[in-house]
Amino acid sequence: MRLGTLVRRGDPFVWLAGSGLGISLLMILGLLGVILVNGLGFFWPKPLLQLTLKDGVVLLGEQVTREVIPTPGVVDAPEQFRLQLKLGNRDLFGADFRWVDEAEITGRERPRDAFYFERREYGPLIGTPVRLTRGGDALATGPDAVWAALAPLIEQAEVDRAAIRTIERDEIGAINFAIERARLDMRAIDLRERQRPEQRLDAERAALDQEVVRQKALYDERQRALEALYERAAQTYLTVRASDGQEKEIRTLDIFRAYPANQLSWAEKTGVYASRIWEFVSGDPRESNTEGGIFPAIFGTVMMVVLMSLVAVPFGVLAALYLREYAKQGTLVRLVRIAVNNLAGVPSIVFGVFGLGFFVYFVGGTIDRAFFPESLPTPTYGTGGILWASLTLALLTVPVVIVASEEALAAVPRSMREASLAMGATKFQTILRVVLPAAAPGIMTGLILAMARGAGEVAPLMITGVVKLAADLPLDGIFPFFHLDRKFMHLGFHIYDVGFQSPNVEAAKPMVYSTTILLLGIVVALNITAIVIRNRLRRKYQTGAF
Amino acid sequence: MVEYTGQARDTGLRIKTELASRPTPSAMATPAILLRDVNLFYGANQALYDISMDIGERMVTAFIGPSGCGKSTLLRCLNRMNDLIDNVKITGKVEVNTLDIYGPKTDVIEVRRKVGMVFQKSNPFPKSIYENVVYGLRIAGINDKATLDEVCERSLRGAALWDEVKDRLDQSGLSLSGGQMQRLCIARAIANEPDIILMDEPCSALDPIATVKIEELIYALKEKYTIVIVTHNLQQAARVSDMTAFFWLGRLVEYGQTSDLFTKPKEKHTEDYITGRFG
Repeated sequence: MRLGTLVRRGDPFVWLAGSGLGISLLMILGLLGVILVNGLGFFWPKPLLQLTLKDGVVLLGEQVTREVIPTPGVVDAPEQFRLQLKLGNRDLFGADFRWVDEAEITGRERPRDAFYFERREYGPLIGTPVRLTRGGDALATGPDAVWAALAPLIEQAEVDRAAIRTIERDEIGAINFAIERARLDMRAIDLRERQRPEQRLDAERAALDQEVVRQKALYDERQRALEALYERAAQTYLTVRASDGQEKEIRTLDIFRAYPANQLSWAEKTGVYASRIWEFVSGDPRESNTEGGIFPAIFGTVMMVVLMSLVAVPFGVLAALYLREYAKQGTLVRLVRIAVNNLAGVPSIVFGVFGLGFFVYFVGGTIDRAFFPESLPTPTYGTGGILWASLTLALLTVPVVIVASEEALAAVPRSMREASLAMGATKFQTILRVVLPAAAPGIMTGLILAMARGAGEVAPLMITGVVKLAADLPLDGIFPFFHLDRKFMHLGFHIYDVGFQSPNVEAAKPMVYSTTILLLGIVVALNITAIVIRNRLRRKYQTGAF
Repeated sequence: MVEYTGQARDTGLRIKTELASRPTPSAMATPAILLRDVNLFYGANQALYDISMDIGERMVTAFIGPSGCGKSTLLRCLNRMNDLIDNVKITGKVEVNTLDIYGPKTDVIEVRRKVGMVFQKSNPFPKSIYENVVYGLRIAGINDKATLDEVCERSLRGAALWDEVKDRLDQSGLSLSGGQMQRLCIARAIANEPDIILMDEPCSALDPIATVKIEELIYALKEKYTIVIVTHNLQQAARVSDMTAFFWLGRLVEYGQTSDLFTKPKEKHTEDYITGRFG
């Protein structure tokens, strides 16, 4: 076929358009592929490799990667490879990872008795179990006997840790909270007395004293329970021999997971994999976020997005209603519309700075002076927290909601409004009963866009309330349950923190990918929820106009 | 009565509107709507010129005329739907059952409850059939289930729709066929128990069978309601209406009993129009 005909028919244009789409898809699939392989592969238990080097050193660990040794400036050099091993045992060796040139290696094997232990501190412990002791008496010796005896102990350790956690965090936490509350109340009484010296508040003070005494007694009681628990739980010790012959003794209470890496069947590997993923999703972080789970970050992200939506949507819809339905369409409204559209394009860090200055320092500071004078100079609301972060993000996403809602309102057919008005409805009734329901799917689209943007923001959060590690969730069992003044963790910030601020970058790398998967997953899940709701609304209020 | 025989500004044609005020025996017995010297301006453009007419109670009055002649605009004057458009100015007097609907103390909500309207494009709300019918009651603050049920059934029966939808009142009003939707809109209008029902080309989007049903319905409804219908379909006007008004370029050209107007029109323009020579 002649070129001219092709051009006239537009074939090259179709190819161009198709390749545009193809490239976009490739980029997205590539991104997802990299993240999924790196993030999900990390949890799969790898075999433990024992290397003997020329100088007699023996190394035991997981092979992380194999790469060509760069030889800059040398032409035609024979290709040399090196391995990266994850040795673990940071407390013994000082570093978790080591590069080994393949030329140095004289022997490779996969010892049957090599075990991988995950524990509370210092990263993984890799070595051969030697013996298990309780109060100085040996319970078992030799790898197989120790493994048989260890498995139930590890399960017990999990139960014990949960019990300790309940006492330490929930019960003693609540007591500390009450004591702190009493201390602040006491200060409040002092302040009131200073303002009005004639009134005597001794009775209230005495009541508070009594409350403190009562809580302190409770505290002592729980503390004793805790000690008793430790006494009982921290009895058994495991001794492990590392590859260089050093022996290390650890409490079984501190072991989170153990497996004989080179003896596992596929089913057992899958089991380890699943339990690791579950820990990742549901557990608390350990070892400055390089191990353990990221549940607080997931929780913080979701709660922040929900809070943000609760503020942004009503606000945006009201603004859009006024702009579209009530305001007299003219130059001023056009200017406002342009301003709103531009607001959607303002860099998020600018909103962050505004949030810090306005919400945190001004609003929060005012609230503190008005309602929490007893705890000053320690700020309560005058410091970053989930409320201020959510409000800042709401400010950031409100333009998106306004624009989408305005379009949705404009798309409600005029005939439907007229029908309502002709029935004797007021404009307000028409908006409430006809226009808003019909526009709801479009408003939901705005919410979806806002959530997608809000969930992915990091910069404004860093200065309005996100922290690397938050001890307490912003929602818990202590009255008033929602602690909107608390700082919180966020997946986006977690990625930044683990990836770039971690003291142990090599160990943290897989966490970056895994956290990324989760963040994407959460954004997708939130969006799908909103889309499902929108489609329901659409079916219910279908008008033919959407 | 106005005796307007002035020069039509843009055409140079002489149009007599005295006929408009000539009483026909049955119509004038009890006029439901009374228009006097109604002029309507869209900004600087005048759309209606000195319309004066009486519309009789419990009869069907058809407005006919070519597109853009102002018949829909006049219809929308009767329940103040033109209020919704910016820059509309109306002069003259419109009385509905002696209520001056443009009077300074008149409540527009009250007017619209008395004067129901059915639109060209059927526009049920995206709600259930039931909620569509009782919408007028809901906005009036009536939420008593028994009352709503009763009004719903009575209105749907009144609109000859009850037998077709009584088993699926909770389905969306938009799930009905075109003709059913239009009858739903009529049911919705009569649920308000208005005195007058305005119909703006109610059959223009319907097939012939659905049209016949609506026409039969209109015939039945005039027992209780005063109906004003705008139509492009001259046969329809001839079939359903008692009185017919012919409009041209914003003026009322001829108004009289339908049988007279179609068989022996007094004005040349009317004759030209109904015989299809223009328009």
